Amino acid sequence: MSPTNESGAASEPSAPHLRVILAKLGLDGHDRGLKVVARILRDAGMEVIYLGLRQTTDSILAAAEQEDADVIGLSMHNAGHMTLAPNMINALRSAEMNIPVVVGGIVPDRDVQPLLDSGVAAVLGPGASADEVAAIVAGVVSRQAS
Amino acid sequence: MINDPSALYEAARNGHRRSLGRLLSLVERAGANADKISELVHGDTGSAHIVGVTGAPGAGKSTLVGELVRLLIEQGRKPAVLAVDPSSPLSGGAILGDRIRMDGPAGTGDFARGRDTEPGIERQACFIRSLATRGHSGGLALAVPLAVRLFDAVGYDPVIIETVGVGQVEVDIVGAADTALVVVPPGMGDAVQANKAGLLEVADVFVVNKADRPGADDVRRDLNLMLDLSHMTGQESKDGYRPPIIMASALNGTGAAEVWDATEAHREHLLSSGLMAQRHRNRVRTEVRARMAQKLTTMTESILSSSTGSRVLDDAEAGITPPTEAAALLVAHMVEKAENQQ
Repeated sequence: MSPTNESGAASEPSAPHLRVILAKLGLDGHDRGLKVVARILRDAGMEVIYLGLRQTTDSILAAAEQEDADVIGLSMHNAGHMTLAPNMINALRSAEMNIPVVVGGIVPDRDVQPLLDSGVAAVLGPGASADEVAAIVAGVVSRQAS
Repeated sequence: MINDPSALYEAARNGHRRSLGRLLSLVERAGANADKISELVHGDTGSAHIVGVTGAPGAGKSTLVGELVRLLIEQGRKPAVLAVDPSSPLSGGAILGDRIRMDGPAGTGDFARGRDTEPGIERQACFIRSLATRGHSGGLALAVPLAVRLFDAVGYDPVIIETVGVGQVEVDIVGAADTALVVVPPGMGDAVQANKAGLLEVADVFVVNKADRPGADDVRRDLNLMLDLSHMTGQESKDGYRPPIIMASALNGTGAAEVWDATEAHREHLLSSGLMAQRHRNRVRTEVRARMAQKLTTMTESILSSSTGSRVLDDAEAGITPPTEAAALLVAHMVEKAENQQ
């Protein structure tokens, strides 16, 4: 049911909750979708570190190391995904941080494969259901860990 | 990434921030790794000024902390922030939204971004960590003090803990800081509210936040009245310290410097009056008590699920023994078992 590891176990050490950073990368004011995603992931038992609007690769990188994030979710409605998402991936790589990046928002079909090729772990479109969103986010983390 | 506490601690002491991030995760998870970290930091702590910030949701705590952090970095300090937000009791998930308020004034994100925005500001001089309460009883009471000691041991000073001021655990955590800041916005009630017991009693510094809004002066008046009553009933601290009331407004960019001056002044007071040592003893005592309570809870659960436990529980449920007697029997059994193990 819940895509997190066995949560709520009474015995210690307690099972880790997935820690997800959610951010709008670049100049983009459309954050309603990201707020919905934050709520979906919270309800799936994850801990969402919500960075919100006007983030940069540097600010997301700093947050990811301080928060020990398991996954980074980028929301893009600014048509900048083909530049900004690979930038983020490269920044993580040069920092030797092996954290999967999921891109959500408005991404034309023809851009999906190039994004995946650049190292993005998954692309979520407007039609994705709540269960799909949670399952995909949990899925990219376990794939990375394995 | 490796999970060996010793190697991570070594790296964190040398300024590797990601190792510190991972250590904090191990602290949160509790268990053997967390106990190991507690051993590792022992002896390296004691230099940081520990500041608690609390208040009702929406009082402006995170925004104020963001302003303080900016100020501290400009002063060449190396602040750490532990921002506690509640977990959902239903799903166990959480939305940790404190960081966005600390991202520099007006969300410009200067320091969290780790850029040299102004000459003299050390790159990435601060470390902000969000912590979810994670429901399980007493978890926060164990994770926060250890996380604070960890920040202290790797060289952060001051260490600022931000919690929502609801619930005994949160009040205890802030009450165990060297200096407790209580943030009060306008419109939260009158003088009678201010005289109810709880949060306001732990304050070393009051911050009337959103001072640009109507009603801020009324809050100051009510808090002053409350402090006057403490004086009249002899409840004020014996050393004559009276918590100052500072007016602050992030909108107007005022008050943060005064808040920090008052916080420093309180620390001076603790040092000169010898009360700092007492605060430290209280903090150690609070943590030891919380850790004992946690262990006893674990023991209680294990006795209840043992064969003896289920037999006694069955008798109690069937109405053969009263609950009081069942509990006494099981506690006696628990003590006996613990003695046999020694």
